[in-house]
Amino acid sequence: MAANAKQPVKKTDYQGKMHNLQKDMIGRYYDSLTAAAEGKGGKAVYMMISGNPVELIQAFDMIPVYPEVNALQLAVKKQALPLILAAEEMGYSTDNCAYVKADVGMYFAGRKTPFATIPEPDLILCNYVGCNVYLQWFEHLAEFSGRPIYNLDIPFNRTENGEPTEDDLRYVIKQLEEVIEVCERMTGKSLDYKKLQRIVELSGETGDLWSEIKKLTKCRPSPFDSYFDSVTMMAPLYCLRGTEDGLHFFREAYKEMKARADRHEGPLPEEKFRFVIEGPPPWPYLRQFRDMFSRWGAVAVASTYSTVGGIWEFGFRHDPARPIESIARHMLTYNLTNRNFLQRYQQIKDYVEQWNADALVIHSVKSCRLFSAGQGDMREYFTKELNVPTLLIESDLEDPRYFSEAQLRNRVDAFFESLEHRKMLVHK
Amino acid sequence: MATTQVDSTATLDSIFETCREIGQDMEFSAAKQWQQGAPGRKVFGCFQIYSPVELIHAAGALPIAVVGAGNQLEIAHADSRFQSFVCSIVKSTLELGLTSRLKFLEGMFFHSICDPARNLASVFVRNFPEMFIEYVHFPQNLASPLGKQYLENEYQRIVGNLETRLGRKITTDDLNASIALYNQIRGLLREIYEIRANRPHMIGAAETFLLTRAGTLMAPEEHLKMLQIVMDLLPKRPSRPKDRIRVVLEGSFCELPPVPLIETLEEAGCYILDDDFFRGWRWFTSDVPIQSNPLAALAESYCDRSYYSGVKHDSRETKSGHLIQMAKERKADAVIIQAAKFCEPALFDYALYRKALDDANIPHLLLEFEEKGWIFDRARSEVETFVESLMFD
Repeated sequence: MAANAKQPVKKTDYQGKMHNLQKDMIGRYYDSLTAAAEGKGGKAVYMMISGNPVELIQAFDMIPVYPEVNALQLAVKKQALPLILAAEEMGYSTDNCAYVKADVGMYFAGRKTPFATIPEPDLILCNYVGCNVYLQWFEHLAEFSGRPIYNLDIPFNRTENGEPTEDDLRYVIKQLEEVIEVCERMTGKSLDYKKLQRIVELSGETGDLWSEIKKLTKCRPSPFDSYFDSVTMMAPLYCLRGTEDGLHFFREAYKEMKARADRHEGPLPEEKFRFVIEGPPPWPYLRQFRDMFSRWGAVAVASTYSTVGGIWEFGFRHDPARPIESIARHMLTYNLTNRNFLQRYQQIKDYVEQWNADALVIHSVKSCRLFSAGQGDMREYFTKELNVPTLLIESDLEDPRYFSEAQLRNRVDAFFESLEHRKMLVHK
Repeated sequence: MATTQVDSTATLDSIFETCREIGQDMEFSAAKQWQQGAPGRKVFGCFQIYSPVELIHAAGALPIAVVGAGNQLEIAHADSRFQSFVCSIVKSTLELGLTSRLKFLEGMFFHSICDPARNLASVFVRNFPEMFIEYVHFPQNLASPLGKQYLENEYQRIVGNLETRLGRKITTDDLNASIALYNQIRGLLREIYEIRANRPHMIGAAETFLLTRAGTLMAPEEHLKMLQIVMDLLPKRPSRPKDRIRVVLEGSFCELPPVPLIETLEEAGCYILDDDFFRGWRWFTSDVPIQSNPLAALAESYCDRSYYSGVKHDSRETKSGHLIQMAKERKADAVIIQAAKFCEPALFDYALYRKALDDANIPHLLLEFEEKGWIFDRARSEVETFVESLMFD
């Protein structure tokens, strides 16, 4: 049956209380950024999303600013391209990460966005957690802004057992102690250890709830889409982790998702395919991309992207009894980007098996080579060694010029058509 | 088959010719020749850049640079593993493995230089399970003394892994002997670079490239002899200065530019006074100290006396500051940024360099290249135009 002749599946997706709550809270977060930009708020600390020590920053009442989140918001709001072009005018290459270009373009355009005015950094805290582009991005921001930078160097997961060495752990803890000194100097306050413990406790509880939410997608049907709906939950996980607000959000989200699971409700009228997806989404065309899968009744039951900022679902918990050490462990091991490529293969394999997926979709984005470089080998592994049907498609996470809708749709259609055929044969 | 033997009848031209053959030989005959010299000899491949070759050499093994295949190998398998937007050196290095050309190696070393290189290390682990694969994480916190301490521990970890793999102890004396040997080689390379910077008509950039490249593929003891002969012969070389502009070149620290491209730049009217070719193999701006803790000496040398590059992020100083300083010290008329296609670190740097060079009023030109290129007409005409614009300014 040709894909075009299919009955179109009603486009539904989950739009519940959680979405409004998220909008509200992230709106307030961005208001705090604007206030800081106008000199009415705390000190702004630029950080990266993956494995960061936001708990320390919260303990000093400093405001975390995430250039990645700002860049993706610009893409979602279709504001990125002129900024990317402005950065390319400055000398950035078409082959450079478009997050960086959109951010640099925005920086030189006065840091004004439709969602906030982004403050100048008081501290550029480069948590180098695998992504080498982070180092260059923040090196550039430091040079443009003239503001102080601290490169918080996290040794990559490179040992045979996949664990950091004792030396690695010590090295990160000692650096975190230096960061504390920097924050103390900057704010004129000394670290309130009890407060830090409370914040780490909040992160621990938030992480627990987030893992429980993610386990719900093992149900059939999956109560939400673990890619397209998870991104709604990722914003509070990153921007509000370690706050009472953040924890409140995850309590509400869990309640709502659990109720949906109990009622056997999914994001689509009928769940026909369950897939695991690897790679960041195409932010400028999220809606169109989602529809490509929805029309086939395909739901993402797990995604690697939702573990960029932290992996809590396989047993990690921030520990208030050892706050600094647990922040260090989170940065070293319990986030996607500081794990090696083969650990990612294993993570995807676990998802496919434990979440009962029919297929793997690899969304390869040009901007992020941390994710994408070598995904052809990943495809080889899943198709040839594990016999998991795998689709590899390419576009970008930020730059709308790399999203070729018709071509992507054809690939997705052809893939699910053959998957449907395969399922039919199995049933016969 | 390329041979590394250089005897007393050698001339500079014959040495450069030998080096060219060794550099192009993707069967790695020079290294295999060393390997066959005695039973049980092991060879390790080192991907770019800043490979701690002393550790490998101190273990009695031979470190060689396995850094792509230039235009000597058609990529038939690796491009289904790495996408079109990934640089060529990553793909051609994998292709060397997938076509069984690296079977003679005991293992490979990769380093925390960029995202594709790091993922390549994992792809090697999966595709070549019999190989010893080491991934070195270099500290990027150089402003704190913690970075040095960390790196010493990292080197200790690697030494331990090598000892286990090879079943032998690596002693302080072993390490210091290797450091001393590589100090000598790097010292001579620095001298040759110095001669080139001061009298660029005596020896060209393509020639020093050949000399350095060959050294990454042969026994260092042989390379040392070769460099000593070059030092003897160089002052006697007949040569006359030409009317060329003086440039320094930056951006080619990883993927290797084709030698004919460098020759094209020179023929188009440039004296290339300094460059960043093999910066991670030439490594240090001065000798690594010989001391009772050689790993501490190496770690300290990475932090405080290694050449800057696009993949070393030292918040104590700016990279563009380094480049401007190099251009000024060399009294260069201009800077050429020669970045490999898809090389994110070098292309990112360009955005900073461009602004800094403009601010310092230093003319500059951006060229992109791929290791597999073999026609350079476009580069030639761009450089000729650039040279003319400076000469007749």
